[in-house]
Amino acid sequence: MQHQELIPHLFRSEFSKITAVLCKLMGIEQLAAAEDIASETFLAAFENWPYSGIPPNPQAWLYTVAKNKAMNYLHRHALFNGKVLDHLVTFSPESTEPDIDLSDQNISDSQLQMLFAICHPAISTEAQIGLALRVLCGFGIEEIAYAFLTNKETISKRLFRAREKLRHENIPIEFPPDAEINSRLGTILTTLYLLFNEGYYSESRDIVLRNDLCLEAMRLTYLLVDNGLTESPPVYALLALMCFHSSRFAARQGQNGEMVLYDDQDESLWNAELISRGVYYLQKASQGNILTKYHLEAGIAYWHTQKADTIEKWESILQLHNHLLVLEYSPIAALNRTYALSKVKGKMAGITAAEELGLVNNPFYFTLLGELYSGIDNETARRHFKKALILANSNANKAIIQKKIDRFHK
Amino acid sequence: MKEFILIFRHEDGQKIASPEQIEVWMKQTMDWIGGIAAQNKFVMGNGLPMEEAMVVWHNNVVTNGPFGEIKETIGGYIIVKADNIEEAVEFAKGSPVLQGNGNSVEVRQIARDGKH
Repeated sequence: MQHQELIPHLFRSEFSKITAVLCKLMGIEQLAAAEDIASETFLAAFENWPYSGIPPNPQAWLYTVAKNKAMNYLHRHALFNGKVLDHLVTFSPESTEPDIDLSDQNISDSQLQMLFAICHPAISTEAQIGLALRVLCGFGIEEIAYAFLTNKETISKRLFRAREKLRHENIPIEFPPDAEINSRLGTILTTLYLLFNEGYYSESRDIVLRNDLCLEAMRLTYLLVDNGLTESPPVYALLALMCFHSSRFAARQGQNGEMVLYDDQDESLWNAELISRGVYYLQKASQGNILTKYHLEAGIAYWHTQKADTIEKWESILQLHNHLLVLEYSPIAALNRTYALSKVKGKMAGITAAEELGLVNNPFYFTLLGELYSGIDNETARRHFKKALILANSNANKAIIQKKIDRFHK
Repeated sequence: MKEFILIFRHEDGQKIASPEQIEVWMKQTMDWIGGIAAQNKFVMGNGLPMEEAMVVWHNNVVTNGPFGEIKETIGGYIIVKADNIEEAVEFAKGSPVLQGNGNSVEVRQIARDGKH
């Protein structure tokens, strides 16, 4: 690999490790400094490698440079600001050299502890996702802005405020007490779930970036199941859900980057390895008697990995949606439940149930009604698709709906 | 929006039906509740198992029961959101409990903040 390709690749995997370890060492109030040191380390690679060649062990090279830069930073601040020294709990009295431990174990512990710090209940969900992307996944400001369909200034401000909040609340970078782990995990799982969805359902046209978002969410979730303190049925359920969804990455993207709907997907492109990993994690999730929305959504996603339209499939999907809605209402679950109902009980029953939903500002509501009326009353179906077209908020969705309208003219 | 409790009265299913039949009723019940929840109008609900039930009377006299052998026994409840009693009654009409002759669903508004 050439350095032009290698450095961005390493950046994605190593930036967050260096930041997490340094920030754990220096304290949450030094988060921005830790990020700066990690960035400068990569800048050094960009400056040196084209001349000196790629070092035999690029990762070790980066760690050495990061350690030196961190040491310089600490000395500088110890000289000019005695206060910083007080925060450096890892300084031992007889030595002024802090131990910067970049072992695998300390990296994954530091990243998990950072995850707990970032997903502190005091931080808004929006800020948690932004910080997680920046600090734990090594995404650039521009990439985050692109994923959220907003501009760099907005993201910079959001991250700045979030760092201020972390500093102000003086949130420690450590595992919470055992008794708190489960409740704190709830917030983390929400953030990782949203992070994954951001990639999976994003309107952004950058496919690579979207897949990266999903993969990073999976990597962080995997860190949780890989650690005895945080491994638990809900985490396995979330990981299973992510595996099932991501098994369709290749199939849901057409040759021109357009979205391929589930029914039109070539299932030979579904990733069998990810599906079987999902099944394994779902089995692990089923130990014990905890039932979360991740369990139910993973169950639904599992059934969607079975393409054949069996009554057992749609019965199961309907029952899982019933339970999901009892646990937590969402318009999308209500719409999907109604679609499953129509598969089990027929289109007329589906229409009756759909018309009770009354989601009159939701384009997918009218798409569903259009589907259900198709073949029963095509004029009404067309009218519903037209309403969906007016409400649709992305070009991708508009194109899909237009295709459905065009069918009636053939 | 007001809240209403829908109280099911029926015999103990375990005593009159096969496990397969009970499973069918469970599915029907979940389909019914799922339909209410899909309208964002489900608040909560519970089945009330009839084994190990006791009744406490005046002067702290405690007796076993109810035994679920009569159709006036309370077997469960759900709480729904509805604009008025008529809408709540429409929800109640969909309950699979009503398939049994003599069974009933009682609809009562829940008092909140001391108001009715």
